Amino acid sequence: MGRTLAEKVWDSHLVRQREGEPDLLYIDLHLVHEVTSPQAFDGLRLAGRKVRRPELTIATEDHNVPTENIEQPIADEVSRIQVETLRRNCAEFGVRLYPMGDREQGIVHVIGPQLGLTQPGMTVVCGDSHTSTHGAFGALAFGVGTSEVEHVLATQTLLLRPFKTMVVTVTGSLQQGVTAKDIILAVIARIGTGGGQGYVIEYRGSAIEALSMEARMTVCNMSIEAGARAGMIAPDDTTFEFLQGRPHAPAEWGAAVEYWQTLRTDDDAVFDAEVVLDADELTPFVTWGTNPGQGCTLDASVPDPASFADAADRASAEQALAYMDLRPGTPLREITVDTVFIGSCTNGRIEDLRAAAAVLKGRRVDANVRMLVVPGSMRVKEQAEAEGLNRVFLDAGAEWRSAGCSMCLGMNPDQLAVGERSASTSNRNFEGRQGKGGRTHLVSPLVAAATAVRGTLSAPADLED
Amino acid sequence: MEKFRSHTGRVAPLRRSNVDTDQIIPAVYLKRVTRTGFEDGLFAAWRSKEPDFVLNRPEYAGASILVAGSDFGTGSSREHAVWALLDYGFRVVISPRYGDIFRGNSHKAGLLTIELDQAAVQQLWEYAENDPAAEVTVDLDARVVRAGDLELTFHIDDYARWRLLEGLDDISVTEQHGHDIAAFEAARPTWMPVTR
Ligand code: SF4
Repeated sequence: MGRTLAEKVWDSHLVRQREGEPDLLYIDLHLVHEVTSPQAFDGLRLAGRKVRRPELTIATEDHNVPTENIEQPIADEVSRIQVETLRRNCAEFGVRLYPMGDREQGIVHVIGPQLGLTQPGMTVVCGDSHTSTHGAFGALAFGVGTSEVEHVLATQTLLLRPFKTMVVTVTGSLQQGVTAKDIILAVIARIGTGGGQGYVIEYRGSAIEALSMEARMTVCNMSIEAGARAGMIAPDDTTFEFLQGRPHAPAEWGAAVEYWQTLRTDDDAVFDAEVVLDADELTPFVTWGTNPGQGCTLDASVPDPASFADAADRASAEQALAYMDLRPGTPLREITVDTVFIGSCTNGRIEDLRAAAAVLKGRRVDANVRMLVVPGSMRVKEQAEAEGLNRVFLDAGAEWRSAGCSMCLGMNPDQLAVGERSASTSNRNFEGRQGKGGRTHLVSPLVAAATAVRGTLSAPADLED
Repeated sequence: MEKFRSHTGRVAPLRRSNVDTDQIIPAVYLKRVTRTGFEDGLFAAWRSKEPDFVLNRPEYAGASILVAGSDFGTGSSREHAVWALLDYGFRVVISPRYGDIFRGNSHKAGLLTIELDQAAVQQLWEYAENDPAAEVTVDLDARVVRAGDLELTFHIDDYARWRLLEGLDDISVTEQHGHDIAAFEAARPTWMPVTR
């Protein structure tokens, strides 16, 4: 029987396989950041262990870093200690680190692909659930906890049970104004936040093939929001073109591409689950609740919890509406926001900034809205400035910042205040995610930019009448 | 890691589903570089805002078994969620379904997470609400939860169970396969990327 892409990558990384035991899998690339690593390095030190393969490990500072005045020491003491701890650990264990202010610094899932370190057919892990992002290259990439970070540091392997496989086929093509973010929000609304649990999702179909690498990363990034451990897209010419010429692209390019071209699901392979979605029917999607599955099209209204058949869904919708301070039946377009956030490892890449800038050009951010634009990496920032995108944002009245996770999770000073409401291009609308008591609507960069102009949830098309 | 065979304690009924790890411990508590002392962050928002929240009710003080709705521990990979539960005094979590990463983390850190279906969870909620002082025994050896007359069997991955029973740490087990790892490394294509 044929094998799926995920199974091929799995099989080619088996170090050891025994009946009744988890498989021992080799890890090609380990990404490290300041939040989930200190206790792992401590564990190594206590046991007198070394990092087995520092040259397969890379570290950056992203979660805690301020996005303004970055030439000054971090004001928040606890954050500063965490970042300094990473610096000490990397120096002690010989791990290459891109610190705050470095030209290559940025969100861990933005810099890996940007440096060309993420390549097809690799296994990539990080102490961060959105490691699924790297699956856009046909890598098997997934998040792990701190105990596993320590395990990978010490052994360059992980003990794992095979994942189940799911295929999400997106047929047709996206309409103007509809993006990769809308695809993945629609997928999550369809299968639910638990629907992908235990699975690796492979995305395919004409609408996926037509996506750029940036857009594919957006889709794979949020696989975890459907409960899946990883998302994957088979590599193709779009992938190879993106990688060619990157700092860490293979010198033996021909040999690499030849291998990468074998990384496709066989025609006779069988998936454990299948979902089909028609891109032609998609329109801009937004969330109304407090988990990423609680979303619907922008044209709709806030749903009535009573309309949910399942008791747990009903209870969860009631709790979400209470937290979000929303009434059933309110058209989503009438919801007023205080803050618009463009950034994160979901939508903080150059293409996302270009899309938002195209909407904002020649327009002003509503007087009651604070808009934050945070590039995913310093390279993205540099590129955007070379293209003059920063001028567009600043002229419109938005704030232009340095790279980091920023308001995606509010570990740095960029946070929502209690009761504030945001339209955000990030990936999680959990209670308090963007700041204690803050309320989040997840949207695409296009919807975020249009919302900033009108002050209420909007699509770019709404700006034209 | 301590060995885990069986645990007897009282139940805290958490009647919520989709409890993500951001709720279990908000990001602001993740700035620490230590491995203990995370109990103050456990369910911090709910504990501070909701007087009726189960952990704020004196009758559930000291409970060591948390019984929650489906999809517990989804979202962020933060192992701090497991540490916060352990530091607060929980030894066992019971839910119909978990976030995958949380589940993996829990067993590595010595927190037993058990899957029981929604009907069984409902029975345990009612059991603990009828008599908050009543004890429940979770027997990992026999794979059974005992609550009064209730006997609820559960499945758990054999390997995960063995590790918990023996209190083993994965790294030392894996290090015994050092030669397999070295052999694999010797066969990797030369063009695979390195970070320097
Ligand atoms: S941008 Fe957000 S989701 Fe991405 S790594 Fe940072 S905190 Fe996590």
